[in-house]
Amino acid sequence: MWAADTFRYESRVIFLRMQAAQRMQLLHGALTEDRYSMSVFDETQAQAVDALSARFAGIPGPLLPLLRAVQDELGFIPSEAIPRIAEALNLSRAEVYGVVSFYHYFRQHAPGRHVVQLCRAEACQAMNSESTEAHAKNSLGIDYHGTSADGQFTLEAAYCLGNCAAGPSVMIDNKLYGRVTPERLDQILADWRTRQ
Amino acid sequence: MTVRVFISRDAAAQALGADETVAALQSAAQAKGQAIQIVRVGSRGMVWLEPLVEVEVAGERIGYGPVEATAVPGLLDAGMLSGASHALRLGNVDQLPFMAKQERLTFARVGIIDPLDLDQYLQHGGYEGLKRALSMSGAQVVQEVTDSGLRGRGGAAFPTGIKWKTVLDQQADQKYVVCNADEGDSGTFSDRMLMEGDPLTLVEGMTIAGIAVGATQGFIYLRAEYPHAEAALRAAIATARARGYLGRDVLGSGKAFELDVRMGAGAYVCGEETSLLESLEGKRAEVRFRPPLPAIKGLFQKPTIINNVISLASLPIILQKGATFYKDYGMGRSRGTLPIQLAGNIKHGGLVEKAFGVTLRELLYDFGGGSASGRPIRTVQVGGPLGAYIPEKDFDTPLDYEAFTAIGALVGHGGIVAFDDTVDMARMARYAMEFCAVESCGRCTPCRVGSTRGVEVMDRIMQGGAERPANIKLLEDLCDTMQYGSLCGLGGMTPFPVMSALKHFPEDFSRNR
Repeated sequence: MWAADTFRYESRVIFLRMQAAQRMQLLHGALTEDRYSMSVFDETQAQAVDALSARFAGIPGPLLPLLRAVQDELGFIPSEAIPRIAEALNLSRAEVYGVVSFYHYFRQHAPGRHVVQLCRAEACQAMNSESTEAHAKNSLGIDYHGTSADGQFTLEAAYCLGNCAAGPSVMIDNKLYGRVTPERLDQILADWRTRQ
Repeated sequence: MTVRVFISRDAAAQALGADETVAALQSAAQAKGQAIQIVRVGSRGMVWLEPLVEVEVAGERIGYGPVEATAVPGLLDAGMLSGASHALRLGNVDQLPFMAKQERLTFARVGIIDPLDLDQYLQHGGYEGLKRALSMSGAQVVQEVTDSGLRGRGGAAFPTGIKWKTVLDQQADQKYVVCNADEGDSGTFSDRMLMEGDPLTLVEGMTIAGIAVGATQGFIYLRAEYPHAEAALRAAIATARARGYLGRDVLGSGKAFELDVRMGAGAYVCGEETSLLESLEGKRAEVRFRPPLPAIKGLFQKPTIINNVISLASLPIILQKGATFYKDYGMGRSRGTLPIQLAGNIKHGGLVEKAFGVTLRELLYDFGGGSASGRPIRTVQVGGPLGAYIPEKDFDTPLDYEAFTAIGALVGHGGIVAFDDTVDMARMARYAMEFCAVESCGRCTPCRVGSTRGVEVMDRIMQGGAERPANIKLLEDLCDTMQYGSLCGLGGMTPFPVMSALKHFPEDFSRNR
């Protein structure tokens, strides 16, 4: 039953993503990537989810802190984690999935090694963030939510990083950058590529 | 002798290389055998000067900025550590016009003290407000807040004291204080700066709120994009708890107050208080119907004070110096000060705390120095993505809730985003609709569907053709439906930027692309 649900959900995700990609006339990359196949959920991950569930089950309003902890630990929220979390918190799977899918922060697929958030909000637009945005998409060969072919970077849109007096702003993992012109973005990405 | 050097730890300073400057300064000073102590402070709010390096010389703080790491050896050779002259030398930071013209009440300590040092906090007037509050009854504290004229700084401008009175009057086994730190508006960063630069002020403010209305548990709901603020808040809470300023017996008063930080997960709509409460409870952040008000049935259906960071952080000084002191600042029914954020295409961007009544023109030109690009400022958006675009002819409007309402705009959280004359207002209108579509919680139809239809209509308007007048009429109808039919401000106020752009800049809507 759950496997069937998962399959339907995965199919739906693929369909929606293809639609979105086509709409944006995405030229290369994302459609051919095999990123939407089922991830492997192993015993270690299952234990991690169960241990975190046990740790957060006692606090008031545990679901968001727990999901954040799972994502911090595993990099994303695997679909197999959802029934485990639901059982631990005495919620339905639909309630847990509903929360996972509601918030931009939660991801349901493994990201690249680093997550690059580009600010799209007005203050950054006033400083020509659109050229940085176009350059990022071109040079990484991906659109938003995509991961570069080398697996280094997943690109995400942010709607304000709180650095509005020094836009355009970019955050890579938890490191914030200001006044990110296309040239500066190239330097920053090159720097991150060499990090381990 | 060890020289004290102050460098900001604020995320905006780090984003411009403050950490690299610190590392360069440490190694260069060591190589020269000069003893220095680097104190990481909050930001002064002069973002265009970051990384700002302040050197303590004869009791004054002499600023140099912006100091990139590569400039450090040259500055040391020139004698920066004794305050010597250099092209980057700014002089006494407190006397720079940008600082000297401000009225810093809520931000008095930001940029001055080490944000995580409770002793410095105490030396600079910290916890005086809580001590006074503990000597008063809850009703007296609420009255003091009411008398101060403080209105909600998140944007709604509802009188804080009246909200509190409602919670005070409820009989309940549990009450809560919730801080709305989901500062999602573009062009705003005062909450972040306060939380990073003086987190104990927020901790103290929430403790005052809890003690006043009998709430024993507080939550700070912090947006996911603020990892630096999270670290600062958690450290501040741990310190306050260890020193008896939080816990079962706050300062031996017999009154309990505990505080916890909860991280959001990227949802602009959580800035709306009822969806924030849903999120805190672990649900999808969908807006609640009102009534009941959160003050009566809020978090977990218990009476809840929910206030913005700046509202809560203004309480310590109100309680310390009294309602009259605070109320003497401001104009009309807008009392006290507002931390204003200058953002976007502005030469001197940053934070200006000023009494209500300062005009947009003073802020943009006297403080902001005009646009960053050097071109004319064509418009400003005040109050975040749901705020109206204001044309140059209205730049003499004083910052005042009522004066802004009169020109069809809002003060909101005090963020001002400047645009030069290259801005395409039809694209900004389209973006407002797109943003609403991305962030809509989906609960009500005008917002969920209207925003997507709005993007489509804007696309057709921008394409042009004979249908354009009909499409503009359609856009107006759609905005009317969204404004009056949406459940909360997200759908209800998205028409403000759209319609203000259309009203003041119609030429941008009649140009083919």
